[in-house]
This record gives sequence, structure tokens and C-alpha cells, in this order.
Amino acid sequence: MATGVEDRQLSNEFLENIYSIPHGEKIKECIQCGTCTASCPSSAAMEYGPREIIASLRAGMLDRVLNSDTVWLCVSCYSCAVRCPAGIPFTDTMYELKRLEVERGLSAGVPAATMAEAFAETVDQHGRNCETKLLRKYFLRTNPLRALPQIPLAAKLFFRGRLEIFPRTIKGLDGLRKMMAAIEEDGNK
Amino acid sequence: MISTTSAVYSYYPGCSQTATNRAYDISTRNVAGALGIGLVELRDWNCCGATVYLPVRRKRAFVLSARNLAIAEKQGHELATICNACYLALRKTNKYMAEEPELRAEIRAALAADAMDYTGSVRVRHFLDILVNDLGEQAISEKVRRDLSGLKVACYCGCQLSRPFDDLDDPDYPLIMQRLIGALGAEVVPFPMSAKCCGGLAVTTNPRLGRLLTGKILKVAKQRGADCVATACPLCQINLEAYQRKAAEAVGADCDIPVLYFTQLMGSALGLKSRDLALRDSLTPVKTLLNEKVGRQ
Repeated sequence: MATGVEDRQLSNEFLENIYSIPHGEKIKECIQCGTCTASCPSSAAMEYGPREIIASLRAGMLDRVLNSDTVWLCVSCYSCAVRCPAGIPFTDTMYELKRLEVERGLSAGVPAATMAEAFAETVDQHGRNCETKLLRKYFLRTNPLRALPQIPLAAKLFFRGRLEIFPRTIKGLDGLRKMMAAIEEDGNK
Repeated sequence: MISTTSAVYSYYPGCSQTATNRAYDISTRNVAGALGIGLVELRDWNCCGATVYLPVRRKRAFVLSARNLAIAEKQGHELATICNACYLALRKTNKYMAEEPELRAEIRAALAADAMDYTGSVRVRHFLDILVNDLGEQAISEKVRRDLSGLKVACYCGCQLSRPFDDLDDPDYPLIMQRLIGALGAEVVPFPMSAKCCGGLAVTTNPRLGRLLTGKILKVAKQRGADCVATACPLCQINLEAYQRKAAEAVGADCDIPVLYFTQLMGSALGLKSRDLALRDSLTPVKTLLNEKVGRQ
């Protein structure tokens, strides 16, 4: 865990980052009403619900959120965002928190983060996602034994011709890679 | 209905539809064909980034969608999508590029690295939107060949069809699919779970949470007396059809119900053959249900 001063600095830096995303400054207008948490299908499973996340940010206590089982439980359903009376794009805020965890190495071993990274990697390799490849990466990197109960489903999908054995690669992959290399991600190439 | 748009659209199938959920792609193309809607596949399209590329790399996620939009702009039609995640990712990129000059400049510079550009002229449409708002319920009713009146349908739109952007329909209770299924002559059951989350990828990454969310949707569909659930998103479809037993354990209620794409149901009403709708791809007894309630498929 970070010290109080470090934690305050981390929270402030993160808030500055949020202000830079579309409509991100709305976070300043949070009235702590809790509509987000009440609307969230995952909040019961989170250690800190959406309202508490904003409260933690303001209190300079982001660290406790990042070190808890919280941000990767967001399923991106946008219920919080559409219901927020202040118009805070909270789902986008969660994306930024997820990226911060990836960046700081805090998401190692978190299944949803492993899934997201395996997905991005597959898309970078082929320009498209390939579900069989994605799931193979996912189970190998989390718990391969967890793949066993999936075998009957995989067999059903296979016999229906629904399993993509070989990934399809787009023709313009080289071009796409040039595009990806041309953009800066928060100052980092 | 007076259509303000062309009857030809660029068509973005989405990665899921090339394999696991090809039934959605097959039934969409055949329904469009039967209705005289032209779908021209987007040339060399790439992944939209869905909801899972964003938490890893944000700007690059926008570049993924922007490349597709750039190709669509060159093809010169509106862009039709069938997957809710593609629909959202493409619209989000479109909107943010329009609203944020700095981001727009960065993305255009990235596109230029492969001699592409996007000026922001493409309108992204969901196939549901095209059917209901361009073609219209009346025109669709006139094409119905099979009687669906004995079939009770729970219309499940999924979370990303009308959220966060609610220009298409109500963000909490979208009714667009009900209007379509109603126009086909089926009985639509009131289904307040229409836009609740199916669990998305949590069904795999956090089964305890994911199956609870899936189960709630299936449970309510059963309680409302539906014979089947119609879906508009490939991830919703597989979550609802593949994990019914586990979902039933999670919510402690019966979750055994056929689940099919709205395009499959629509194709059945239009008199298309089972093969043209890939009904045998289903993990639930969709074909048996339709044979029984609608007539031989």
C-alpha cells in the first residue's frame, strides 16, 4: 500500500487524467447520491461500489480501490452512466481505472484483466478476434483446469461448426500496425 | 414509410459472427435479401475493439473502430451492424471524434500512417434500427408468410443497444425489438429485463456473478410465460443459451427456455428455410419450438 502522501498524489494524477477524457470533468459534480451503485449489476460483488470509488478519489484514497476486488467486476453495461444525475461517464472512468491497474501491474492474476489483455493481444496479432485462440490464451494464463468443464460446450459448438479453428487475419494488418504505432498512449509510444 | 436513407448499407458482421455466432450473420443476410435490403460487406474490416480493448489501450481502441469507419466512408453508405458491442464501439468512436478536436486529430494522423482518413460522415446503424425505422413495421407485416400468433416472445435487447447513447431507444426499457416482433404477428410478453446486462464476459471471468445475471434474465422470461427469448447481440445469445443449467442453480429457478436471434425468428416469419437461418446451430431446442408453434421449418 502507498503512503498517505503518495496515495493523495496518485488520486490527484488520476483525476487529472479523468478530466481529459470526454465529459470527464463532470466527475467534479458528483453529489454522492449512490444512484450509480444502486444501478450497478455488479456492485454487490465489488469491495467498493461506484459511489465509494468517487468518494475514495476525492479523499485521496484511490490506493484502497486499486488494491481491492472492484474495478474488473465492471461489466460495461453503462447503467450508472445513463442514470447519473450529474452526467458522469462512470463506465469510462472504470476503463481508466482498469488501465491504471494494468499499468501499475496490479491486475496480475485478475481473470477479467487477463481476458482483456489476451483479447487485445489477439486483435493486435490478426486485426480480428478469434474466440478459440482468445479462450486458449485465457485458460492457459489463469487456471487451465477451469477449461475442463468447458469441454462439453466446446464439443457441442464443434459439432455445429461453430468453432473457429484457425484465426482469420485481415489483409491490411501491416497497415493497421502502422496506425497503432503512430498513436501515442498518454505520452507513451 | 418514407425512407430518408439508401436501401443499400455497408455491412459490418463483427468477429463473433464469422464462427461461434455465424447463425446471426447467416440469418441477417437472408432476412435482408428477402426484404430487398442491400448489405455490402465492409472491405477487409477489422475488430471494433468491443469493450475489452479499451481497458488495455484507449486511443488504439478508437483507432480500431476508426479504420472501419474510414473504409465505410470510402464505400459511401451507412454502416449496418448486428452486434451490440460493435454498434457501441463504432458509435462511441464516431461521437468522440466529432466532439473532441484533439482526439480527432490524433486518430486521423494515425489513419494517415496507412493512407486512410475519416472525416466523420458515416452514420452507424443497428440492423434492428434499419428494419424498424427505415423499412417500417407496415412493410414488414406485409411480408409475413408464417403465422407466429401462437408464439410468446420475450424481447431481449441487451445493455449496449441503447446505452450509453439513448438516441435509438429508451436506455432502461428499449421497445424497438418488441415493435418488430409484434409486427411479425408474434405475441410479445412484457419483459422489463430487456436492457439488463447478461453478464457479458463475466460469465467466463467471474462465473458466480455472470451466471447470476444470466439467470435473472432467463428466470423472468419464464415467469412471464415466454416460449422463447429473442436476442440482438452475440454475447447475450451465447450466454443465455449455453449456461442455462448453471444459471438455474445460481438463481434457484427454472431457466430452461429456447433462445434465438431476432433475425432467426424474423426469417421464420418471412417463410425462410431452416438452413437459411442456421437453426441447427442452436444449443437450445429452437427448431423444435418453431416446428411446434409456427409450423414446419
